[in-house]
Amino acid sequence: MSGTHTGTGYYLPDPSHWPITGSIGLFSILGGFALALDGHAAGKAVMVFGALVMLGMLFGWFGTVIRESEGGQYNSQVDVSFRWGMAWFIFSEVMFFAAFFGALYYARQLSVPWLGGEGDKLATHQLLWPGFSAAWPVLSTPNTTLFMQIKEVIPAFGVPAINTLLLLSSGVTVTIAHHALKHNNRGLLLLFLFLTIALGVAFLSLQAHEYGEAYRAKGLTLNSGIYGSTFFMLTGFHGLHVTLGAIMLTVIWLRCLRGHFKPNHHFGFEAVAWYWHFVDVVWLGLFIFVYWL
Amino acid sequence: MAHAAHHDDHAHHPTGVMRWITTTNNKDIGTLYLSFALLMFFIGGSMAMIIRAELFKPGLQFVDPQFFNSMTTLHALVMIFGAVMPAFVGLANWMIPMMIGAPDMALPRLNNWSFWLLPFAFTLLLSTLFMPGGAPAGGWTMYAPLVLQTGEAFPFLIFAVHIMGISSIMGAINIIATVFNMRAPGMTFMKLPLFVWTWIITAFLLIAAMPVLAGAVTMLLTDKFFGTSFFSAAGGGDPVMFQHIFWFFGHPEVYIMILPAFGIVSAIVPTFARKPLFGYASMVYATASIAFLSFIVWAHHMFTVGMPLAGELFFMYTTVLIAVPTGVKIFNWLATMWRGSMTFETPMLFALGFIVMFTIGGFSGLMLGVTPADFQYQDTYFVVAHFHYVLVTGAVFAIMGATYFWLPKWTGHMYDETLGKWHFWLSTIFVNVLFFPQHFLGLAGMPRRIPDYAVQFADWNMVSSIGGFCFGATQLLFLYVIVKCVRGGAKASDRVWEGAEGLEWILPSPPPYHSFVNPPLVK
Amino acid sequence: MSQARGQTMGRGTRKFPRSMAQLITALLSLCPAIASADWALNMRPGVTPNSQGIYHLHMIVLWICVVIGVLVFGVMFYSILHFRKSRGARAAHFHENTTVEIVWTLIPFVILVCVAVPATRTLIAMESTGNADMTIKATGYQWRWHYDYLDQGVSFFSVLAEKSNEARQPRSGIDPHTVENYLLDVDQPLVVPVGKKVRLLTTANDVIHAWWVPELGVKRDAIPGFINESWFKVETPGTYRGQCAELCGKDHGFMPIVVVAKEEGEFNKWVEDKKAAALAEAAANDPNREWKKEELMAKGAEVYTKNCAVCHQADGKGVPGNFPALAGSEIANGNVDDHIDRVLFGKNQMPAWKETLSPVEIAAVITYERNSFGNTAGDVVQPKKVAEY
Ligand code: HEA
Ligand code: HEA
Ligand code: HEC
Ligand code: CUA
Ligand SMILES: [Cu+2]
Repeated sequence: MSGTHTGTGYYLPDPSHWPITGSIGLFSILGGFALALDGHAAGKAVMVFGALVMLGMLFGWFGTVIRESEGGQYNSQVDVSFRWGMAWFIFSEVMFFAAFFGALYYARQLSVPWLGGEGDKLATHQLLWPGFSAAWPVLSTPNTTLFMQIKEVIPAFGVPAINTLLLLSSGVTVTIAHHALKHNNRGLLLLFLFLTIALGVAFLSLQAHEYGEAYRAKGLTLNSGIYGSTFFMLTGFHGLHVTLGAIMLTVIWLRCLRGHFKPNHHFGFEAVAWYWHFVDVVWLGLFIFVYWL
Repeated sequence: MAHAAHHDDHAHHPTGVMRWITTTNNKDIGTLYLSFALLMFFIGGSMAMIIRAELFKPGLQFVDPQFFNSMTTLHALVMIFGAVMPAFVGLANWMIPMMIGAPDMALPRLNNWSFWLLPFAFTLLLSTLFMPGGAPAGGWTMYAPLVLQTGEAFPFLIFAVHIMGISSIMGAINIIATVFNMRAPGMTFMKLPLFVWTWIITAFLLIAAMPVLAGAVTMLLTDKFFGTSFFSAAGGGDPVMFQHIFWFFGHPEVYIMILPAFGIVSAIVPTFARKPLFGYASMVYATASIAFLSFIVWAHHMFTVGMPLAGELFFMYTTVLIAVPTGVKIFNWLATMWRGSMTFETPMLFALGFIVMFTIGGFSGLMLGVTPADFQYQDTYFVVAHFHYVLVTGAVFAIMGATYFWLPKWTGHMYDETLGKWHFWLSTIFVNVLFFPQHFLGLAGMPRRIPDYAVQFADWNMVSSIGGFCFGATQLLFLYVIVKCVRGGAKASDRVWEGAEGLEWILPSPPPYHSFVNPPLVK
Repeated sequence: MSQARGQTMGRGTRKFPRSMAQLITALLSLCPAIASADWALNMRPGVTPNSQGIYHLHMIVLWICVVIGVLVFGVMFYSILHFRKSRGARAAHFHENTTVEIVWTLIPFVILVCVAVPATRTLIAMESTGNADMTIKATGYQWRWHYDYLDQGVSFFSVLAEKSNEARQPRSGIDPHTVENYLLDVDQPLVVPVGKKVRLLTTANDVIHAWWVPELGVKRDAIPGFINESWFKVETPGTYRGQCAELCGKDHGFMPIVVVAKEEGEFNKWVEDKKAAALAEAAANDPNREWKKEELMAKGAEVYTKNCAVCHQADGKGVPGNFPALAGSEIANGNVDDHIDRVLFGKNQMPAWKETLSPVEIAAVITYERNSFGNTAGDVVQPKKVAEY
């Protein structure tokens, strides 16, 4: 299929079955997950099916886009559309994280102090939770039979600080790779892109190790009250984004290996780089507000 | 709506159902959105009819309380996410590329996906009606901890909301990319029709608000299944925290449902007054101010939850402040009519109905915004009356007006004007019989979300239900007028309306498959 | 119909368009079935300083809206009448005027400031809970209220009155109009002294409820795990009715609130009576003595109807998917310890009853459940066992 080019050369794709494939994939993943959560045995199978469909869709859809792009179908105006699209997509992700940061803020500044009797909530403390004393991190929750105690939290200046360094340097390496691409230095591009991926993977493995520690030795779990809840929600979704970003970087790296992208035409590369920077910045927020302060 | 004629040859385009499933054309997708919205309006409306039937007189006659609550919950979710929002996106798909002189939307494949997620989301949502434990019954606001008591339906509710969110966000991204990048040469921002302006601002609201909802329901999910305690005091969280996060989304959401309506009215009134829109620039600024304010008023839904006094005062002040830019819009429309040369075809009737009844809804909104008074109004039928005035006689009336306004352009046929007028007048009469008495009920002390009530509320409830049934039945007429127009009718001219201005009216009716393959030059 | 209106709903001062009400009433009275109707239109001023403050604020804002509405719609209908093409109107071409635009931005702003000032004053008064004469804690449960007089040491549950409860069952066949104060009546009202500042603490046990009595001008959410404060001071003795105002599940519509305001002397007597009754109750229900099966069954049936039937239903068949059947249930026919455990400590939506029912009541209801609905466990649970569990 060839699509249509308008008078100004804007590319309008032909009908496509990838979107509906994606819908079926997403529907099956989430529907299957819902079934599984409700304890239906079939749920997992539906999920796996959905994931396969989704994977096929991603390969197919992006494959088509890559082919069109490499085939020179996209003029600079199409490129700009992609840019707006990606930029606002990332903004929507920022707002997604904002919800969790908001929860963290609320818990730290409002609900935990209130439970401890601050502000005009003295009665709450005296009558309902006399044994609770407010502190952050909340090691001992108001009801310790429902929500376990934390023995120890993860100090900021251990692994998290190393992880910060890793991610920050990966931001640098991806920028170097970008410059290399712009100057058509393919060797440097491949090397630094690879380094970026390696740093991302290193970050993820340290993070996984930390989670293991938290669960095994520190009593810090999803079930350990509001500290554990916000901690795992924020770092978990961030980790998920790092994983996605690392996969995207890998795809880009493979494409670079195959000679894709031109010094002046490489939106795919840039989109992933933006995404990676976004993941980076979110981590900084995490490091400061979750681990450090 | 009949599909636009193909002007370019697309030899291997799928036909039949596959055409609609795989289409990347903004007009086809617009038609899909609008048809879906109409279907959902009827489904959501049928649920409202069940509500009104049960409330027809005191005592429990038809449904049990749990099912009643499910009806209330699903009615709202279906109407908001299934009817009103998709209808606006459908209108955007049809009109924005034409209005800005573009060939299509900027990202056509993504556009298809935005639509084709919706039927799946609603399959998840409506399938809960058949599940053990019943459909979600915690209200569309999904407050924790009540919603956590939902049975098997719970994860389906959450994931349906996630998918709707993804759909809205992608739709909004597409609109932004289209308006920012696809305008014809010379079409500067301050020349954009107001419908386009209101939609870009709406798109920003969507992108900023929907992910927050996704975050909120994700926390519900983990609280229910993965042991977190965001909304449980026993773990250091707070049920009220859910409300803050929800309404941070929820309040912008209500403006998402009204700003495009403002855009529609701003297109219709000048056309039938045969006079340029008064105060174009101030309209743009007012819309932007409303959007900005909408992010700092959320807790006016939570005046009774026991916020600190300073919070209650802050949210009262910001809330009532929204009356100022909204007033600017109303006054501009009045000034547009002033010394115009008006005719009153159906679209104009709906626009005028909108102005009057939206203002009534706005007034009750203002009353709700006054914190001490809200303590008496909150969670009563006064609130129900308020939001149906802004949603039904506001958003829905605007959508109906827009349908009559642009239907000739879409189909190439004129609709039946006599029936259109009947539709308007019957709707207007009955919608007031339906919702005006609910103000009285609320003030007299009838709480919302109850399946049965004390006998002193019986009289107005009966009136309201009668109005409801008649209003519902009138909508069958709407369906008939649309179907009739799609299937044939007098040939519509390109301009359709004598006073119509704008790029969409220089195209043939119906317009070509890709509206402007070569961009027009805007003076 | 008027007898069913309850004290709250008497015809009060009605400043809001009375003539309009009469017009509508007159029109509708042509239809005999609804001739004797109530047709309440407006909020009522209520009986506390706060409710009256709110009422005045409400009327101020209402009238402001009416006036603005008349102006705005007046201009609009004037245009519709005069600037119509069919009357030969020719369109002018103006499309902006900075002066009027500034004016119609500023005027609403000034109006809003005028509303905000009295609103702020009223709000501050409403939030001043200090210097109270007594404190009552109201706890919302699915679906009843528990009251705790923190200073007097009196506490009790308050549930929908039996008559209303019968009538409100689906297809009960009872005409609600024949039930006095249908859905607005309880078994035990909250009694307060007049002229005293009562500090009300609200909280909940399961989900969010809201304690609302319109005539007192109090509506405050009851949030599980938190306590909210508000206050009222009733000036005139009387009975004031309200209901839960936050969706709290299936029976949200059926958890009314009734407040009876009495002169101080009568109130004190009421407190003494309550205390004496509680003592007598405790004496009669000695958990340490051996109870006979018939005694337990009789008491258990009572406890069951009052507390458990809302969910598990009177016939013990439950609501499939929501509330399990007790008829034939594994727990109700199996190990008695599991049964005691479940009732004492709850699980998911099943409330924990340890704090709210006495050992005698729990023993009784368990005995009842194990020997009713076709269940055949046959055993008798002694209160002593529950007390020591
Ligand atoms: C399209 C949707 C829409 C719109 C546009 C609005 C508009 C407004 N809403 Fe409404 N609202 C809802 C949808 C909407 N609302 C919904 C769905 C709910 C209930 C949610 C739930 O609980 O389920 C709700 C609930 C709600 C509440 C919470 C009530 C409660 O639960 O206790 C409040 C409180 O402040 C409020 C206020 C307002 C205000 C101040 C406006 C303002 O924007 C109105 C401004 C307009 C005017 C004022 C009229 C025109 C102006 C003039 C003519 C100028 C001069 C006027 C003056 C100076 C007075 N709304
Ligand atoms: C855009 C949003 C929207 C729209 C369009 C509507 C439209 C209607 N709503 Fe809705 N409503 C909400 C949004 C909306 N509502 C929200 C957000 C809530 C709050 C939910 C909550 O508390 O959580 C609510 C709650 C709500 C309640 C309160 C329920 C409660 O508190 O328990 C009631 C009660 O009367 C009601 C009634 C109606 C009616 C009669 C219509 C009518 O306008 C519908 C008319 C349409 C039709 C009837 C369909 C078309 C016709 C047919 C299918 C033909 C067959 C019919 C006949 C022959 C009669 N709505
Ligand atoms: C608010 C609703 C509600 C009320 C009131 C209620 N229950 Fe339950 N009950 C439940 C639910 C829900 C369950 C299922 C809990 C689970 O397993 O998740 C349950 C389970 C039970 C069980 C176990 C049944 C089984 O086979 O699993 C027993 C026994 C029981 N309830 C007894 C009682 C008694 C006795 C009372 C009154 C004193 C009572 N319940 C009041 C909701 C309620
Ligand atoms: Cu308790 Cu509603
Ligand atoms: Cu709002």
